[in-house]
This record gives sequence, C-alpha cells and structure tokens, in this order.
Amino acid sequence: MEKVLMKGNEALAEAAIRAGCKCFFGYPITPQTELSEYLSKQMPKRGGVFLQAESEVAAINMVLGAAATGTRVMTSSSSPGVSLKSEGISYIAGSDVPALIINVQRGGPGLGGIQPSQADYWQATKGLGHGDFRLIVLAPSSVQEVVDLVGKAFDLGDKYRMPVMLLSDGLLGQMMEPVSFPEATETAQIDKSDWAADGTKMAREHHIVNSLYIEATDLEEIVKARYQRYAVIEENESDAESYLTDDADVVVVAYGATSRVVKSAVNKARAAGIKAGMLRPITLWPFPKKQLCAACENAKAVLTVEMSMGQMVDDVKLALECKKPVSFFGRTGGVIPTPAEVYAEIVKLNGGAQ
Amino acid sequence: MRLPLKRIVVVTGHYGSGKTNFTAALALQLAAEGKKVTVVDFDLVNPYFRTADFANAFAQKGITLRAPDFANTNVDIPSIQFDLGGLAAAGETLLIDVGGDDDGAVALGRYAHMLNSYAETGELDMIAVVSFRRYLTRTAEEAQAYLQSIEQVSRMRLSGIVNNTNLGVETTTAIVEESVAEAKKLSALTGLPLICTVAPDTIKAPQTGDCPLVTIPMMVKLPW
Repeated sequence: MEKVLMKGNEALAEAAIRAGCKCFFGYPITPQTELSEYLSKQMPKRGGVFLQAESEVAAINMVLGAAATGTRVMTSSSSPGVSLKSEGISYIAGSDVPALIINVQRGGPGLGGIQPSQADYWQATKGLGHGDFRLIVLAPSSVQEVVDLVGKAFDLGDKYRMPVMLLSDGLLGQMMEPVSFPEATETAQIDKSDWAADGTKMAREHHIVNSLYIEATDLEEIVKARYQRYAVIEENESDAESYLTDDADVVVVAYGATSRVVKSAVNKARAAGIKAGMLRPITLWPFPKKQLCAACENAKAVLTVEMSMGQMVDDVKLALECKKPVSFFGRTGGVIPTPAEVYAEIVKLNGGAQ
Repeated sequence: MRLPLKRIVVVTGHYGSGKTNFTAALALQLAAEGKKVTVVDFDLVNPYFRTADFANAFAQKGITLRAPDFANTNVDIPSIQFDLGGLAAAGETLLIDVGGDDDGAVALGRYAHMLNSYAETGELDMIAVVSFRRYLTRTAEEAQAYLQSIEQVSRMRLSGIVNNTNLGVETTTAIVEESVAEAKKLSALTGLPLICTVAPDTIKAPQTGDCPLVTIPMMVKLPW
C-alpha cells in the first residue's frame, strides 16, 4: 500500500491488528501509551478486545488466559511495567503458550524517567522472570521494521509455543516515519487444536494449560524438552544486518534506535577514510553469534554502543570469545548518544585522527 | 509567507500532521517581519519531539517560548505553569501549538472561555493542520471527523485549514500536488477556508492551482 506517516507506537498497534491480534490487555505508561490508545479506539471496531486492566500484574495474567485458548494476544508496557509483568511472563513460558510482549524502554532503574533507553537488555534476554526459560527477543530500528517484525513475532511465538518480546524504546515509539503495511494477508496461523483450551464441546479430552508439576523428574523433563526447542531456535532464527563490514577495521555493534545514530557515525568515518562498519542484531535472543563473528572476521577493534551502561556488550564478548578487543560506549538515563560521540570513539579505536 | 491570520493563532491537528514544524516556521517568518512573537508549547500529551525543541532557534530570533516546565524532562507531569490569559492579553502575536489529536486538544477546553472571547472580537484564528498521508486521515471524510472531535473537546471553533500533507523526509512534489484536491474537498465539507498548502523548501515547488502555496524549511531534526 501507499506510504503513510505514523508514530512508532501507533504503527506497532496497527501492525498487530493486521497480524490477527484479537486481544490486548495492558496498563498505560509513558512512552508507550499511544500504542494502547490506538488499540482502545481500533480493537472494538475491528473484531478485537481491548481491556485496560487494574494493574500490569492483572494484565499479564489476562494475556496468559487468552493465550491458553490459542487466541493471538499481546500486551505492551514500558520498563517499570514490564518488571511488574515478569512473574506472569514466566508463567506463560512455563505453560508453553504464545504471546507477544512489547517493551517501549525508558530510563531506569526504579521509576527512572520517560526518555528513551536500552537498559532492559539483560532483563529481556536473560532474566525476565524466574526459572529456566527463554523469550525470543526482536529489536527493530525503524518504524517500518517495527511493522515488519510484529507479524513475525506472532508467527515465531505460535511456531515455538512461547512468549516473544519486541524490544522497542522511547525513541522508536515516539518518532514519526513513513511506513507501508503489507497488503492484508491472513497469516497462515499454526493449528493449535492439539493444545488450546478452547472448550471440549464434550467431544474430546480436556486440554490442560499449566506450569505446575508435582514430580521433580516431570518438571525436569518438560524443561529439557523446552531447551531442545530453544536449541532449534538458536540454530535457525538468529538475524542481523551487516553494514559495510566486509573490509571493516572497526566494527560497531548496535541495535534498535541506537543503530541509526551509529550508521551516521559509520558513514562519517567512511567519508574520512576510516574503514568502519556496523553489525546490527535484529534478534537479541537468539543472539546472532555467527553473523557477528563473520562481520568481525577482519576487524582490528569492535565497539558496542548502547543507551545503557553496557549490557549487550557481554553477549558481544561471549560470541567473539576473546578473539577481538571489544570496547563500549554508551549514554544512559534517557540520554541519546550523538553521531559525533560515536565517531570520536571510532577514530580513537582506529588509532587516532585520520 | 504572508498568511491572512489574526494576532492569536491556535494550531491544532492530528499527530504527525506537521503542526510543530509549521508553527515554528510561521514564528520565524512573523519575527522576520518585525513582529514581537510568543510561541506557546501547549502540548500536554507528547513526552518529547515538541515545540520546546526549538528553544535555541527561537531565542536567536528574539521569539519568546513558553512551554510546560516539565517539557523534555524525565518526568511525565502534564501541567501548565504559565498564564495563557496574560499572554493573550499582552496584545502581541501569539502562536499556540496544541498537542496532537483530540487527546491533545482537551487541554484547550480549560481556556476555551477566554480564547473564544478573542475569537469574538476578531483577534483569534484556530486552524487545523491536516496531512492526508496520516494513517487515519487519508480522505477528506476521515479528516472531517478528526476536526469535529478536536472542536468538540476543545469547545472552540476552527476558522481555517492548512494542508500540510507530508511523508516526513520522504515528502515529494507529487505527494503535495495530489493532496490539494482532497484539501479542497475537506474545505467544502466543513465550510472552512483552505488557507494554504504547505511544502518543504527542499523539494521542487508543487503546482497547487488556486490554493496559495507556502514553502517552509524542515526544522524538526532527527537525533542521527
């Protein structure tokens, strides 16, 4: 369709409806609120349910309930609200049901602030709730990519029967960019009839959606089976964008809105004769280890840039296994790094001014 | 641009219609004409990307900016600390940039009584900045419903339309030209005059027929 101008949060909401999302349960928080506002206006008109719950904790448990019936369901929040949802997200993972969780990140910890941030990387990729489990985490870097990844997030959740997080940030949520939506295609939704608790109609055995196991060995078995699925995901679903990395001496790793700043800095470095490139993880879990190692093949130095004190940099180091020196530059608390700051870091790593 | 606008201009419209860019450009133009201009950032719904971002550009041109104390801070406290009535009574040029959609226009209702008194004495225009490249205002009919909701919650009456159809940095001459017919249709549907069509000064000037064309600089800057 023809391109239109949309705010990131609104585009995400519209993309979710188009991807067949039928239920939204949430609680308002800046800088995410336009998303739920949009859905509150549109869902009732388009055959869906919008419900503003009494709290984030209530909302995520409603998500679990809807997901258990096999309905496409999502919730959205921003950092402190996602923390409140973490218990429910663990239950969703432990129940093997698909759901989409949006985090439009803001500054933290605590109440923090409403300006953009990426300080929830660890939370999203490593510790969003108790127990042995993973979330698939997708990180768009433009409003168009937000639109493109929403449908993919729902599909991945269905395919692997697990929660998926789309990790946005205040910058992506609030900015306006031209987008075009894929022509309304009915996504080939996966058959959920062998597990969805959507009524037996007295014609089959009950389907039980549950995360409690009486015997320790039963729980171990189910967790191990889940980890076999995680291994398949790690093998098949990692994704990243490589930008000018083939001959790069300095590879900058950045995701989300920060990668836009980094791209400007890389272009500036190239114009100054510095061989700089960028590797942008699109999936944060699974982390694109292979793509990163390939992009850094010929690099002398690797720089990670984040709107945090340094979180993804851990995964960059783990993936590179000490083969390359990895350094970090970040701004936090709601401050956005500038292209000039990133360029200065690139120059430093390249051995001073050109 | 010389637009037939009154001393006080209330600028409304949907999110992303380009209200803020239009208001900022209009302020600079009026200041260049020697007018004493005050711009009010009256946005109580957007946490960032707002009129207050132009504080430096305005200060250089002697334009006064009044914004909520907590604009562009790390807290979400939608409150107005300044005296809007006092600013209106000061007798100088006043541009009020209202937050997007009917959500943003709600705050205007608090001042409707005072502002409407200036409309009655012919000192105030309330304009709607419209873009037909916004998702839910692709047609004149959709835009009309938007304008009605803005009038309803603000308890004020619009007096004109500015066609600012744009796709951000991807705006083309053709996109602007295509929009003029829809803008005229909106004008006919609502009975509101189409004041002008706006285009960024970075593209080839579009042909807008008998609708006045105003070219303005793209002032909204991206963080990269």
